[in-house]
Amino acid sequence: MTSVSTSLDAGRHAIRDAAIADLGGLRARHPAAFATSVGKRVLTIGILVAAVLLALGAMVWLDFSLVRIWNGLHRLGQFAVLMIPPMPEGRFEAFSIALGETLAIAFLGTLTAAILAFPVAFLAAKNVIPNIFVHFGMRRTFDVFRSVDTLIWALMWINVVGLGPFAGVLAIACADFGAFGKLFSEAIEATDNKAVEGIAASGGGKAHQVRFGLVPQVFPVIASQVLYFFESNTRSATIIGIVGAGGVGSYLTELIRVLELKQVAFLILMILVTVAIIDFVSSKLRMAVIGKSKMV
Amino acid sequence: MATAIAKLPDQQAAALRRAYAQSVSAKRMKLLAALAVLAILIVISAQMADVRLGKLVANIGNFGSFISRTLPTITFDNFFGDIRAWYWNFGGWFRLLVETILIAYLGTLLGGVIAFCLCFFAAANLVRHKTTRFVARRVLEFCRTVPDIVFALIFVIAFGLGPMAGVLALTIHTAGALGKLFAEVVENIDMKPVEGLAATGASWLQTVRFAVLPQVSAGFASYGLLRFEINVRGAGVMGFVGAGGIGQEFLIAIRNFYYTDVSAILLMIIVTVILIDLGTEQIRHRLIGMERMR
Repeated sequence: MTSVSTSLDAGRHAIRDAAIADLGGLRARHPAAFATSVGKRVLTIGILVAAVLLALGAMVWLDFSLVRIWNGLHRLGQFAVLMIPPMPEGRFEAFSIALGETLAIAFLGTLTAAILAFPVAFLAAKNVIPNIFVHFGMRRTFDVFRSVDTLIWALMWINVVGLGPFAGVLAIACADFGAFGKLFSEAIEATDNKAVEGIAASGGGKAHQVRFGLVPQVFPVIASQVLYFFESNTRSATIIGIVGAGGVGSYLTELIRVLELKQVAFLILMILVTVAIIDFVSSKLRMAVIGKSKMV
Repeated sequence: MATAIAKLPDQQAAALRRAYAQSVSAKRMKLLAALAVLAILIVISAQMADVRLGKLVANIGNFGSFISRTLPTITFDNFFGDIRAWYWNFGGWFRLLVETILIAYLGTLLGGVIAFCLCFFAAANLVRHKTTRFVARRVLEFCRTVPDIVFALIFVIAFGLGPMAGVLALTIHTAGALGKLFAEVVENIDMKPVEGLAATGASWLQTVRFAVLPQVSAGFASYGLLRFEINVRGAGVMGFVGAGGIGQEFLIAIRNFYYTDVSAILLMIIVTVILIDLGTEQIRHRLIGMERMR
């Protein structure tokens, strides 16, 4: 094995050396391959330089200092040592319950958002409602819902239903309502119009066209998107407790603030394992859903 | 040209109906089973998440009154004066908003650079060495799974309060998220240029530079811009844990019931996010067009 690779390497070097020795000849024979387009190069370098300059300016504005970074890295090293070994220290049961609550928040939030967004998305699809005011208005409504972060939604819902996981469910439902509305309506617009026309030709009304022409086409896409969002929401539900909206986040915040780093490390490991399991299950389910649509 | 469609005889119609019912019955059963499982899951998780619909219904009016209390009183007579009173701290908030965008920019850029360096090691078509690939992929996965705000919580203690902690937290999370996407882009390239360069005796680095990079740069830029959008939202809430940006001001406003401040800041955040979304969407469409033309 090694002899093969060394001989390969030798061969490689031989070709390269020969090519480099004949560089002048190559240049003369293939001028097009060696020509560089000046405009393109200037543009690339210009963009890179601008990006770096902006970054340096941002660092100055944001008070970056090497001393602080150095001290911080030193402290992070200390934290890493304090994290080992990860230990629950008698709180395994409490952590598990909080994780279950996190999963419940993610599940209910995603489901509520999907159920609310599904009918509304049809209003925002150009091929269902041709009226520009309706679908433009719906689109912008989705944008507003989407641009408010989950944590901000959580803060607002806490004012209504009080501290606790229910506020978290409503927060995730609101933030995802916007995202789902956008994705669903795009999925509806990407459908093949032939099925709808066929149903119209056989005497189906508008409702029939949507039910039998559109829904079977978009359902697998939508189901797969919902599962994907459930995955990502398990991640956001772990942090929603930071503002007091339930789940494992409240433990995380408190334990980090009092530097109980062994428990923090254990809790993060628990989150990683849970997220990995959810990812696995949901990717299997997604495969099943998409596969079914291909068979039909 | 109207043509009368002959009605099917009853017998034939009944036979058709039966055949249809038979062909969909298996599917119906599956759907019902899935719905039943879903219902059970809903009941269990509603129990765990402490869902009290009664409380929601009873307090839903609070949401309305909360929203209405955040709305400023703007009269026609004193329009500009009222606007000025509503946005009494516009200068300060605007500064914080710029700070938020800069946090997102730096986090995206630094994270993108790290992701760029790591993604080639995580791509199956460029790295044959299994251990290298495994390590690169696990590192990216760890960075991506731990939420950015958790990193921010730890970094605030290590590096001190302020935007630097937020930037570093976003950097690590972005490196993980972009690294995975970048690696997928690299795995989807056309391998012919790579083989061609390898045949001329190019080293690994030269292959990456001249065969891989021209194929992936548009995809990388597009994903980077998408991440910048997400990071602007993320940077908006970094202030909740003291890691810079406009979040801190918003938290203070909502905790202390400065109602009109809440709506003023929220409106600024929403407008900024939507503007950035629209801008990056334009650039991304152009990038994708460039890729198609090639």
